[in-house]
Amino acid sequence: MFEVGLTHYLIVSSFLFAFGIYAIVIRKNAILVLMGVELILNAANINFVAFSRYGNFGLNGQLMALFVIVLAAAEAAIALAIVLNIYKTFGHVNVDEIDKLKE
Amino acid sequence: MSIYDFIFYLFAAITLLSGLMVVSSGNIVRSAFYLLATLFGISGLYVLLGADFVAVTQIMVYIGGILILLLFGVMLTSDITRVEIKKGKTAVLPAIVGVGVLLGSITSILLKTNWQIELSKIPQTTTYDLGKLLITDYVLIFELLGILLLIALIGAASMARRDQE
Repeated sequence: MFEVGLTHYLIVSSFLFAFGIYAIVIRKNAILVLMGVELILNAANINFVAFSRYGNFGLNGQLMALFVIVLAAAEAAIALAIVLNIYKTFGHVNVDEIDKLKE
Repeated sequence: MSIYDFIFYLFAAITLLSGLMVVSSGNIVRSAFYLLATLFGISGLYVLLGADFVAVTQIMVYIGGILILLLFGVMLTSDITRVEIKKGKTAVLPAIVGVGVLLGSITSILLKTNWQIELSKIPQTTTYDLGKLLITDYVLIFELLGILLLIALIGAASMARRDQE
């Protein structure tokens, strides 16, 4: 029960995933929604590395985790550029009040 | 309970408690700093799983790059003296119920599944083998990711300062 195995890592990752979903659903500020997305990506990464360790897949899982980190960096840069443009147009970044694509 | 288990529970507690604070804190700057603790705890879990290169990359890219970028976003888009967040009061209860159902079903599925566990032989340091895999089996994905990152960064820079010319 207390012996740490694959399930322990999977449970930690599923909790992180749930927190991320909760942040995306509940938050109004776009930056906080982005933080939720980062939590979800990290949960997926824990799964990749854990299965790589306990499933005899060699290093392939760790390599996938590295690719996910690269994609997360690209996603954060693009999303922040969009958020800055929203702030210039609307004067705030509350995602529930943004209902126009152009001025 | 061995020392490995103890360290695992320590890092898991850091990760989950600060993760909970990220989503429940009422102050956006505080959320960002709790996210730092979460990412640090996850990197500790990677070390326990024998993934030293991934752990260091996590610290350098996430904490050194993405988190700083998020903090810049916070500072550029909100009044820093008044960083309280507007909270949606009406949606809190349904969100908690929905996320609770999701979490319960995921957890029950992975507790019921009979995982075929076969410990893989992870070498002492993974950097050498990861590098070899990157330029042999995964060379196409590696190059495509480089191009994607370049395009994303150019696009982000041009989008963020579009109206200045």
